[in-house]
Amino acid sequence: MKKLSFSTIMLWAGMFFLYAPMFILVFYSFNESKLVTVWGGFSVKWYGELFRDQQILDAVGTSLQVAFYASTMAVILGTMAAFVMTRFARGWGKLTLSNMITAPLVMPEVITGLSLLLLFVHMADFLGWPAERGMLTVWIAHSTFCAAYVAVVVSSRLREIDRSVEEAAQDLGATPLKTFFQITVPMISPAIVAGWLLSFSLSLDDLVIASFASGPGATTLPMVVFSSVRMGVSPKINALATLIILMVSLIAFISWYFARRADAKQRSSSA
Amino acid sequence: MKKPLKFRLPKGQCWTIGVPYFWLLLFFALPFAIVLKISFSTPIIAIPPYEPLFQYAEESLNIMLNLGNYLLILDDSLYYNAYLGSLKMATISTLGCLLIGYPMAYAIARAPKSSQTLLVLLVMLPSWTSFLIRVYAWMGILSNNGVINNVLMWTGLISEPLQILNTNTAVYIGIIYTYLPFMILPLYATLSQLDMSLIEAASDLGSRSLNTFWKVTLPLSKGGVIAGSMLVFIPVVGEFVIPELLGGPDSLMIGKVLWQEFFNNRDWPVASALAIVMLGLLIIPITLFHRYQAREMEKTA
Repeated sequence: MKKLSFSTIMLWAGMFFLYAPMFILVFYSFNESKLVTVWGGFSVKWYGELFRDQQILDAVGTSLQVAFYASTMAVILGTMAAFVMTRFARGWGKLTLSNMITAPLVMPEVITGLSLLLLFVHMADFLGWPAERGMLTVWIAHSTFCAAYVAVVVSSRLREIDRSVEEAAQDLGATPLKTFFQITVPMISPAIVAGWLLSFSLSLDDLVIASFASGPGATTLPMVVFSSVRMGVSPKINALATLIILMVSLIAFISWYFARRADAKQRSSSA
Repeated sequence: MKKPLKFRLPKGQCWTIGVPYFWLLLFFALPFAIVLKISFSTPIIAIPPYEPLFQYAEESLNIMLNLGNYLLILDDSLYYNAYLGSLKMATISTLGCLLIGYPMAYAIARAPKSSQTLLVLLVMLPSWTSFLIRVYAWMGILSNNGVINNVLMWTGLISEPLQILNTNTAVYIGIIYTYLPFMILPLYATLSQLDMSLIEAASDLGSRSLNTFWKVTLPLSKGGVIAGSMLVFIPVVGEFVIPELLGGPDSLMIGKVLWQEFFNNRDWPVASALAIVMLGLLIIPITLFHRYQAREMEKTA
């Protein structure tokens, strides 16, 4: 038998630490009892309650819309920035761009949220736009911080691909724009898909920045969850949590599948 | 080699640089300038709740820099303690993540190549699942009639429930739990690129495994340790949700105080000043992280 090393034991203990809370959550979502931690028999009644809660349903709609538009914008911005970071000559423009785009990765969320809100207030003062904060402002905020993640994912892919193909296309007379859309984009498409999905789940998940950037008209799902959780533990949230875990796992496995397929393709082409 | 600045870029390049550049200037750089500006203004009860900084009257431009907000931060022990609390929380959580995350990353890096991607995905998966939901899960686990207390009472180890929820211990557990994947990922990235022949050479020369670890493995993975630590340390300093949900009245953190100043007291200038000071404290860790990232990019380029 293989000897169990200390690090392997730690790996599995760590995995248990990461997953146990989520399994407990899923388990208790089927609890009949209103008391969250006392088992009262199997039931799916909290799922029924969840689907009758209009406030939650509205928030889900808002969140999905914001996440869709934000991740689309983030992919556009992030891919452009990644292209600049990997393909353009070194200069102050490139340096400040790459510093600015990766800054939201580590910036505390309260600072990003606060600064964006103050910007929107100022813009409303000077330009009369945005008249009130809502989905549009949350979209801007989310696009900005998700672009950082897309830029990192896409630029690492851009560095790996074979540049001679792009050069060949240009030698054969393709314009840079045509080369980009017909050669580069297909080659980095797995990274773009992965970046989009990552942005989508980041945007769905964000509470702090959305709380600062949104107005009365746009309440996202995390904001509803947060205010109800603050009031105390509710079994309805367990049911919601289970659905979220299910959906995110699905998205994660789809993006993993894309990444793996791309890897396999690359390996077979380079072999 | 230094290249002269290219003023006449081709049209396409102009757009490729211009669009993200303009967006980031407008929605990332400008907002910080505004926070800095408001941190110097006087709070009043109005909409917006602060006095304008620049006033043009009688042919003179008056700029009123109010240092009061910063003096208040220096003066009031509440803010001082909140900063201290945040830094302590961030330091201990970072160490905790490092102690748990390093062996995990090491085990993944030594696993067969075919299973490495899957293991990394398994580590990352929870962090894609709603962060709020996972903190909420701990509320149920740590509460007085939660899973941990139920198990401990059932085994007879304790006779009455331990108070874990609403204490600093709960905040530590929540933070380490949430940020662990961000520590493991950069550690794995450096450990998987480690040249194993160096470790073999050390053991061939008679070094024992622990000695090899301290003298060879750890120094070689320094970059990953720094990156992971910064990815945990910096956001934890500004953390708001975890202390709000798991912590008690005594778990004072600056993110929570800033949030309250802004939303409950509506004191925008003080909130801005708090953010500026927080950023000042984080300048060194942020620079460290950027330097690591720039080096990583050079390496793969």
